[in-house]
Parts: sequence; structure tokens; C-alpha cells
Amino acid sequence: MAISELPTSVETAAPRRRTAWQQFKRVARRQPLGVAGGAIVILMILMAIFADVIAPYDPTAMNYSAFTAPPGTEFWLGTDQMGRDVFSRIVHGARTAVFVGFVASIVGAGIGLVLGVGSAYFGGKIDLVFQRVMDIFMSFPLIIMALAMVAIFGTGVDKVIVAITIPFIPRCARVVRSTALSVREMPYVDAARSIGYSHTRIILRHMVPNVMAPFLIMITAFVGQAILLEASLSYLGLGVQEPTPAWGLMLQGGAELYAESAPWVAIFPGLAITLAVFGFNLFGDAVRDMLDPKLRSQ
Amino acid sequence: MNSGLKTLAASLAVGAALSLGLGGAIAAETPKKGGVLKFVVPAEPPSFDGHRETTFALVHPIAPFYSLLVKQNPQNSMDPTDIICDLCTEMPKPTDGGKTYTFKLRKGVTFEDGAPLTAADVKATYDKIIFPPADISSARKAYFVMVESVETPDDETVVFKLKYPSSAFIPALAMPFNFIYDDAKLAQDMHWYEKNILGSGPFQKAERQAGAFIKGTANPNYYEKGKPYLDGFEAIFAKKESLRVQAIRGDRAAIEFRGFPPQSRDDLVKALGKDITVQESDWNCVLLITPNHRKKPFDDVRVRRALTLAVDRWGGSQYLSKIAIVKTVGGIVFPGHPLAANKEELQQLAGYWPDLAKSRAEAKRLLKEAGIPEGFKFVLNNRAVDQPYKIVGTWLIDQWKQIGLAVEQQVQPTGPFYDTLRKKQDFDVSIDFNCQSVVNPLLDVSKFISEDTSGSQYGGYTNREVDELFNAMNQTDDQAAQREKMRRMEKIVLDEEALGFITMWWYRIIPHRSYVKGWNVSPSHYLNQQLADVWLDQ
Repeated sequence: MAISELPTSVETAAPRRRTAWQQFKRVARRQPLGVAGGAIVILMILMAIFADVIAPYDPTAMNYSAFTAPPGTEFWLGTDQMGRDVFSRIVHGARTAVFVGFVASIVGAGIGLVLGVGSAYFGGKIDLVFQRVMDIFMSFPLIIMALAMVAIFGTGVDKVIVAITIPFIPRCARVVRSTALSVREMPYVDAARSIGYSHTRIILRHMVPNVMAPFLIMITAFVGQAILLEASLSYLGLGVQEPTPAWGLMLQGGAELYAESAPWVAIFPGLAITLAVFGFNLFGDAVRDMLDPKLRSQ
Repeated sequence: MNSGLKTLAASLAVGAALSLGLGGAIAAETPKKGGVLKFVVPAEPPSFDGHRETTFALVHPIAPFYSLLVKQNPQNSMDPTDIICDLCTEMPKPTDGGKTYTFKLRKGVTFEDGAPLTAADVKATYDKIIFPPADISSARKAYFVMVESVETPDDETVVFKLKYPSSAFIPALAMPFNFIYDDAKLAQDMHWYEKNILGSGPFQKAERQAGAFIKGTANPNYYEKGKPYLDGFEAIFAKKESLRVQAIRGDRAAIEFRGFPPQSRDDLVKALGKDITVQESDWNCVLLITPNHRKKPFDDVRVRRALTLAVDRWGGSQYLSKIAIVKTVGGIVFPGHPLAANKEELQQLAGYWPDLAKSRAEAKRLLKEAGIPEGFKFVLNNRAVDQPYKIVGTWLIDQWKQIGLAVEQQVQPTGPFYDTLRKKQDFDVSIDFNCQSVVNPLLDVSKFISEDTSGSQYGGYTNREVDELFNAMNQTDDQAAQREKMRRMEKIVLDEEALGFITMWWYRIIPHRSYVKGWNVSPSHYLNQQLADVWLDQ
């Protein structure tokens, strides 16, 4: 066939670049629940950032003339047993939840990433010993591990972050290691070794970028878990302390005693926790579906 | 009884009767025999040794197994001066210028194992409490500073010789923790009673399941004939307040003796109507604010005074009494007692001024003068108990915010909380408490004397003028002189030196099943727990 006979339409058949809106619509069609989850996540983050603007009252200010006031025009979601505005506390509680959730997840997953890739890269006895240590940590349920950590470090936002971060490390390290083991066998890693790159450079420049998919999936999954853990610890009186606004703490303070006479004290923070965890889980699932090649091909 | 004490007794009794809404109905009822009283207890006893422990968690399930030498009258529990014999036959008149008390003991009293209870057992008990060996912990040793010796001229006589006459002695003897132990068991092992129960009280045959319950059955050989009315009791341990409320609501338990917050009372009354009876009383228990004098800037009296000046006690009483078990505004003495400050006297003290704006303006001025910047941060150490610790702690943080202080709360379980107060001593400011059994202000205020003599003062200060006033009060029977010295001591502690502060006194609310009879509320959750007079109207 002569060259001139090649179809000229090839030039015009080049894929069109989709606009952001078109891309969003495409993702929304494929992952409607993920988009809903993402919307909740964004809403939470916005609430956390703009809490001072959104909240109509100081979340710690006690209104002595409005103990357990029902929801209404003055207090949209009512007040708690100390006369504090429930809506304002939920909005500011988002700040605590997002802060604890993201910091614990990113730090826990980050350390897990380094340890997991390092363990896979060095292999041998280092990997063997390291994995047995991880086994010990992972043999405890997440909440038990977090409780043990709180018992060691004490209560308060910073200590709760540490208590939640530590149990996340082995979980992320284990998942990342499994991916890193296959990456380690790739020719480009051998090539990097053969030209004398340092271990640090090989790990950080050549292996870490190739395990980012499971890492990001772990982070999104961890945020929801961290929020739930923080709420659980605070509910048990072992996490964030009064008067800091935190959803679990709001449940701890009033849920049981005022369940009958002022149910809004428990219902709204409970809903906030449920919605936040639900949102992060949906979003995490969508991220996983998009980043996992096997799921993507399906 | 002098007129002041009569007034206190009368006012407490009227308060309780009004809250009962029963008038004289109780006295008219004839006790019925039989049944098992089930009650809930918020915590388990750390050990079974009453001499060592200080908690209601010991008294509620363990006191029914023991006798005391003297006790507060269970039928007149609102009168702190009505102390009657338990093992003794007659309340003694002091001799030797008020320095000797001779008690005659009941005959034929035996311990659960059949061993006779004699004067030697009473002496061994009080020797352990007053003069404990080095390795024995005695929580109430300081209450018997006036005792020189305990003697037993014969098997039925016990003689207490005092160093000086003291009106605080008999109330100290009546403390409900002073269980009479078997001399032989103590001689064998002074720690024996920490893990074993063997008494001569209205109940016996203790049965325990750790974490669940302690049971007892009626002692057929009990020396008060016809008592106890109950066949037995079961103390059920339930840490969560909601569980305890639900236990009473569902009739799994009939009563909790410590006290519920107002909301639980209201819920139970609403749900059970006439099946629930509520008894209420002022409570000889108070939460304190203890600044750490060892630590800057709390070593500065101006900072300490600012902390107390910021607190709106009069308003707090009104508001917090709706949600917590606190109510009455008072000084260092149980409100209503003849030695307590009246409202006019209180209003002269820092933190009690009627003009709150003026008080807080002065607080701000003092902070500025002491070089404390706006937004200064410190940590309030608190105990992980909702009622009333965490509620009062959160309220205090709100109060201090009004004078520009940013306070964080560190809440710890009981063990670490006490470790912080007693061992680490690294706190900034801490919640602390002073809970007593028999109302005995002369000794109850030992909480405020110098660190090296008090044993329970955690602020770390020394003030010899306070110590001298305390000693002088305890060595005179002249109530006018006692009162004058108490006011001076109070002025130093709460105002001039601001050594430590009072928040509000507790208020005891006991909603119980109406079929529980013969138990009367008292100003202390430690008192009136032998249960010999309790019966079930079923």
C-alpha cells in the first residue's frame, strides 16, 4: 500500500483532552458513592478550616440559662448539659476529628511506608525480625492497641494522635511491603544497585514512588478509622478532654444521662461521627478502585 | 447538745424530711423480716481493711459485716452529734478533766468464727488505728492525735486516755471505718484483714465474686435482738452510672448509697412515680482547688488569689446544682455547722464577694501585677469521675477564661490522679477533695494545715499560723473560741494567703425503691451503712 493511501483521518482521531468538569462527571458516573464520600470529606475539611466563621457560638462557652435547650432558632441543634451550643461544638469538633484523623493517618502510614519498603528492600534477617515485630503489634485489635498506648502516654489531643498513629504503622508497613517485594525484583532496581546508588536513594527514588497506590489507599482508609478511634477513646474518657470540642467526648458527656430528656445531646454528635466515617470509607473505596489496576480493569 | 449543734441537726433533719415528703410516716411503720437487699456500688474496694482504706467502695459492701465501738445513730442520721453505743453499753462521761473515757462492752458478743469479742479486741483495733506499726497504713491515725493510750483493765472495759480534753475525740471514734477486729487475727498477721472478712456485725458469711458482687447473710447471733431485719444483702458492682440507674429502674437493685445527679433522680421519679422515694441531704464532702505552691507562678499569692477571685460560687451553686451533685456555698467548714461561716462572713472572703465584676477586675489586676500575660496557659489536673469532678473542672475552666486564662484539663483515673498529687507533685493546679464521715470540723480542716503535719494537703505549703490555730481549736472546749479561731484560719487559707480554695459543697441525692425502709440519708455516704435497721416492705 502506498504511503499516500494511509487514512488522513489519523491526525483528526487524536484523543480530545477532557475538561475538569467532564472528568468529574466521568468519575461521578463510575464512582457515585465515592463522589458522595468525597463531598462529605470536603465538607468536613471546610468545616474544620472555617469553624470560627461557621459556628455561631464559642464552643466552650457555657450558657447558664440554657442547659439542655432543645433545637430551635437560637440554638439550631440545641445545647448540651452545660449550656454549650451543640452545633458550634460539632463544627469545632470537625476540626479535632480532621486534625487527629489526618495527622495520625499520614504520620502512621508515612512511617509504615518507610519501614515496609525498607524491610522488603533489605530482606533476609532484617525482614524476618521486622515482620515478627509487626506480627506482635498486629495481633492486637486496633482499639486495644490504642487503649494500651493511651495508658502509656496519657490523655490529650497530642497523646491521642500518638496512640492512634502507632497501631497504624505495622498495618501500613505490611501492605506496602508486599508490593515493595515485587518492586524490588524489577530490573530498574537492579540497575540502580549496579551503578552504585545508595540504599536510601534506591528506596526513596525508585521504590517508594512505585508503592504509592497502596500507600494512598491506606491513608484514606486510615482517616476514617482514626476519626472513629479518636471518638471511641474520647467516649471512654481516655482521649480528648473537656472542654475541647470533640464528637466522642460529646457523646461521653451527655449521651447516657440525657438520652431520655435531651436526646439531641447524643444524636447529633453521633450522626456527625457516622457521617464522617461513612464519607471517608466511601472515598477510600473509590480511591482504591481507581488506583488498583485489577479493579480498574474490571 | 449545745444550741448551735441543735440548730444544725434540726435544719438538716427538716431538709431531709421535706425532701422525703414523708413527714413522720417512717417512724410509725413496723419493720418486716426477710428479703435480700440488692444495692449497686460504683466501685470495688481496694482491700477489705477499713483501717487502711478511705473509700465508700469499702464501706458500702463491707461495713455490714462489722461492729463499731460507737456509731452515729442510724435512726437519727441527720444529727451529726447523735453518737450512740454499738459495742459499748453506755456512752461514757469523760473523767479526769475530760482526759479519760471508760467504755463498758456488751457481754456475749462473738465474732463470726465463734471467738468472743473482748476489750482486748477493741484495744488491738484502736492500737492498729492510732499507733500502727511502721509497715501498716492507717488512714485515720491523725484523727486520734489527742489519744495517749488505750488500756483494758478487764475483758469488758476499755479506757482511752487523752493528752488533752478534746471535743473531737468521740466523733473520731464513731467513724464508720473503725471496724473492730479480732485481736488473735491481728497478732497472727496485721495484714490479715486486708484480704479477709471476719467481724461481729449484723451480717456474716461474706461471699465475693470479683468484679461482680459481695453478698452477706444475716448473723443469727447478732447482739441487737431481732436485727438485722434482712435475710441478707447483695452489693452489686457497676461502674457506669447509667447501668446503676437502669438497675434501680428495672428493679435489679433497690438503691445506690453514694448519690445520683439531679437528672437521674428526675428520670427515675418520672419513670417509677410512687415506686421511687428520694432522700436528699447536704453532704460533708467538698471539691477543692489546690494550686501547687512548689511551682511558679502558683507560688505567688497574687496569682492564687486571682484564681479564687475569678470563681462565681454563688452563681455556680445555682446553675451547677441542676446538673451535678454540688449545691451549697461554704467555707472550710461543713455549711450549717455552728463552726461554719455564715453568708455575711463568707462574703468578706476572696472569691465570695457579692460583686462578681469587682472580684474579677481585682483578679485581672493581680495577674497583671504578677506579670501573668493574657492567655496564660496552665493545666488543671482532675480525676476521671464525672460527678462532680469533671463537671466542676470544666466549669472552673470557663470561670478562669473570664479573667484571660487558658486552662487545659488533664483527666486521670483515680490511681494516676493520686500519684500526681502525692508522688509526682508536678501539677499546676489540681482538683482535690475533702470528704469526711462524721461531721467533725475541728479535725476535718486538718486538710488545710501544713504539708508536714496534715498528711492529706497536696499543695505543698507550710503555714505555721494555720497549724497553731488548728492545735488551739482542738485543745479547747469553748465553742466561741473555736469559732473565732476557725474564722481566722479560714481567712488565711481562703483569702490572705489563698493557700487552697473551696468550690461548692456536695449535695446528696438518693432515689431508691420505695419498699426500702429503715435507711435514712445522712450528710455522708460513709455513714449508716451497717444495714441492721433496713427492711423491705414487700
